[in-house]
Amino acid sequence: MSTARYEPVIGLEVHVQLKTQTKVFCGCANDFGAPENTQTCPVCLGLPGSLPVLNAEALRSAAKVGLALGCRVRSFTKFDRKNYFYPDLPKNFQISQYDLPLAEHGRLAVEGGGVSREVRIKRVHLEEDAGKLLHPEAGGSSLVDFNRSGSPLLEIVSEPDIFSPEEAYVYLTGLKLLLQYVGVSDCDMEKGTLRCDANVSMRPAGTTGLGIKTELKNMNSFKAVRAALEFEITRQTGALEAGERLVQETRLWDEEKQATRSMRSKEEAHDYRYFPEPDLPPFTFSDADLEVLRRELPELPLARVRRFCSTYGLAPKEAAVLIASKDMADFFEEGAHLFQEVKKVAHWLMGPVLAQMNARGVSLDQLGLSPASLVELIRLVEDGVISQLAGKDVLGAMLDSGKGPAQIVKEKDLAQMSAEGALGAIVDEVLEKNEKTAADYRQGKESALMFLVGQVMRSTQGKANPKVAQELLRKRLTS
Amino acid sequence: MSLNTLTASVLRERLHAKKATPEALRADLKKRFTAVEEKVRAFARPPDFKAPADRAEGPLRDIPVVIKDNICSLGEAVECCSKILQGFVAPYDATVVTKLKEAGAFVQGKANMDEFAFGSSCETSCLYPTRNPWDLQRVPGGSSGGSAACVAADEAVMALGSDTGGSIRQPASFCGVVGMKPTYGRVSRYGLIAFASSLDQIGPLTKDVRDNALLLSAIAGPDERDATSADRTVPDYAKILGRDVKGLRVGLPREYLIKGMDMEVRAALDEAIALLKGHGVTFFDVSLPHTEYAVATYYIVATAEASSNLARFDGVQYGLRRPDPSNKEDGALVAMYKKTRGEGFGAEAKRRIILGTYVLSSGYYEAYYGRALKVRTLIRRDFDKVFAGCDLIVTPTSPTPAFRLGEKMEDPLAMYLSDIYTISANLAGLPALSVPCGMTKSGLPVGMQILARPFDEEGIYRLAHFYEQKTPWHTLKPKL
Repeated sequence: MSTARYEPVIGLEVHVQLKTQTKVFCGCANDFGAPENTQTCPVCLGLPGSLPVLNAEALRSAAKVGLALGCRVRSFTKFDRKNYFYPDLPKNFQISQYDLPLAEHGRLAVEGGGVSREVRIKRVHLEEDAGKLLHPEAGGSSLVDFNRSGSPLLEIVSEPDIFSPEEAYVYLTGLKLLLQYVGVSDCDMEKGTLRCDANVSMRPAGTTGLGIKTELKNMNSFKAVRAALEFEITRQTGALEAGERLVQETRLWDEEKQATRSMRSKEEAHDYRYFPEPDLPPFTFSDADLEVLRRELPELPLARVRRFCSTYGLAPKEAAVLIASKDMADFFEEGAHLFQEVKKVAHWLMGPVLAQMNARGVSLDQLGLSPASLVELIRLVEDGVISQLAGKDVLGAMLDSGKGPAQIVKEKDLAQMSAEGALGAIVDEVLEKNEKTAADYRQGKESALMFLVGQVMRSTQGKANPKVAQELLRKRLTS
Repeated sequence: MSLNTLTASVLRERLHAKKATPEALRADLKKRFTAVEEKVRAFARPPDFKAPADRAEGPLRDIPVVIKDNICSLGEAVECCSKILQGFVAPYDATVVTKLKEAGAFVQGKANMDEFAFGSSCETSCLYPTRNPWDLQRVPGGSSGGSAACVAADEAVMALGSDTGGSIRQPASFCGVVGMKPTYGRVSRYGLIAFASSLDQIGPLTKDVRDNALLLSAIAGPDERDATSADRTVPDYAKILGRDVKGLRVGLPREYLIKGMDMEVRAALDEAIALLKGHGVTFFDVSLPHTEYAVATYYIVATAEASSNLARFDGVQYGLRRPDPSNKEDGALVAMYKKTRGEGFGAEAKRRIILGTYVLSSGYYEAYYGRALKVRTLIRRDFDKVFAGCDLIVTPTSPTPAFRLGEKMEDPLAMYLSDIYTISANLAGLPALSVPCGMTKSGLPVGMQILARPFDEEGIYRLAHFYEQKTPWHTLKPKL
């Protein structure tokens, strides 16, 4: 981009649905998939006379995210009403936070894809989600499902500190990981538990001001965010280079066309008429409250990478792969407690286990593997009972059958021949049949030995322990 | 004497002693309704005079209570006397209704009111104006005009109203009954269709102070469904009744003695003060210097909140829904919003929605709403200072007795000024009560307002009850 005349400046606005037991201002269940309008009450339907009462769990979760993002969490904060008419918003105002957000001035370390720096977090605030509009194909009218109405939503706004679509992608991946570690959200963009809007503007390369921005909406995956930003950067650059004037506007991403289109301009923007929510008294956090929350925070991804490197001697890249999924990292740590050669555990996880997950299209916890049984399998390989190759097959068989590795080795007769007596006869036989090769080795052709090992393996249908076979061959050939 | 003319406390004694039956009480109420309702028009809809099969054992057992048409009662229409809520049936009980039932009482029916409580005369009701039982050519006050009138006309034993800027106290004074606006947070607002959330309180309208204390004891208390309800235990208010008033120190705000105060109102108040002085109450002048800004502050805060609270009436989920296929410009949704709200709201509701929207608009917020919040704090501080030196404050409830129907409908400002003495208590969140304190020569009741520190309803009842027992006003009945 160094030769480009313009560079992009990007800020991201992420909405995350918190997975609390109940909704943020009423006692309705906060989960997915129930039949339309069955998880509702007068409060989340906004019926006349109903009043919101804050769910303390949602507030604690929100404050934890603030702390995890290194924000200053306010000791005094309040809710405000954001007023606008839309049929999915039953009160025609959203209870949100305006001038005193729960948390401010944080940062997120963004690493990966060749990017490594910090993006400042502007604010984190708690609000309620809206319902969902349904447009039946029969047409004529639209329907509203209020099950989602009143779900706790966390808005996380970055500063305009992101300078490429790839950085935006890495930021989102990092943010999702952090939220999953804090344990407050599933962050599933397809289910809508994480949503992202992006602000992007162009400025002459090397300058520090901000250009006219576009707000991008309607992206339903991190990849779509990246693609929409790429499209928009190209569009805006083209316009600027053609000498056109850009307008501040909101644009919608069209996944099918892979393009953005204008939704509304600044002139049509809402005046939300924010004012303090009179139905909810302001609430306060003492230093002691915050300390309790801070102590409840789990180890966060970056700290874990550092610890994995220092405690287990993993390379930063290896550690990064493991912690990219909290389940995987937890699994690794349990395994590492059971087996001294922790790197072996790491390699098995990142290699054969990950391959099995990909092949089966399941997550680690759906795989049905326990750290203890993986370690048992690794031990069989390391003790030479089975070969590395056979080990991978045993893993597959374990996952298929749910049986333990030892049982599978026994049933399939996979144990290697390690005893010198049994292998000795076969080695002698191989040497007899391959006199020429044996002679080559004696004359210094090192590769001849591997051929002979291969022959031993073949004669034993792979059951020979290749190390033992190699030792025996070398001994015979040099004696 | 017909049972419908008695107070709840007397009725409870008779019912308990089997000298009266609940059926006879309901029959007398029905008879009275049939005889006078056509003249008074206190009810939003005719009551059915049935009692629920199961009633709890409690201090209000078998006592019917009329509630204002902005309080939800499961399975009953609740329309705020607005076209926009026509046909809306409450799917749940307001907390006060639950508490009434727990006390053994039941809902007798719904009282007429100014639309969404926007008014001081009951004339903005979409149904019909309620008339003052003392003079059918005059208003009963508002917005809880129906609640005050049905109690005054003996069509009800007791009633609940709501008070955002005087809506319980002013009609109580116009109709010669006792009306209390409790401390903000004393009574749960859950199930009260909001006008202005930071000002609204539900309170009792009754024939005497004892009934008022009885009804407030039943409905007050913390509620986990209302985050603004106060987490404080409720005293048994009846216990304070009968206590002496000697030594009580009462402030008289000099800012309240304004031009435009009716001479007869002033005379009635002076007489009441003289009587109390004779029983050892000390009166002295106090100053509430920000009083002159109260009405302006109120009409910014209240309309701002109302504009947002009333946004939900849009035709999408419930109430009036008017699609407008003839409107091609806006698209079906916005066309439906416009027609529904255009037809559903009356003129006063529209005026307040527009005013409230304006004061919250970007560019105007600080000058109006922001400033009003600051003045509200100053008004509250005025009271803090005054209450450091006295126990109670006494004022007239309204500068005039009941005015004529139609007299102020064309002059909203004059209408707004009729709440000048009552508005400050809402802005400051204080408890305040109106108790009858005289009659004009033409036979209209006059009310005295008593204010106290937050949560000192007991102090108010103590003075009000003492005064009431020394005067005949609460025993007078309108001739209908």
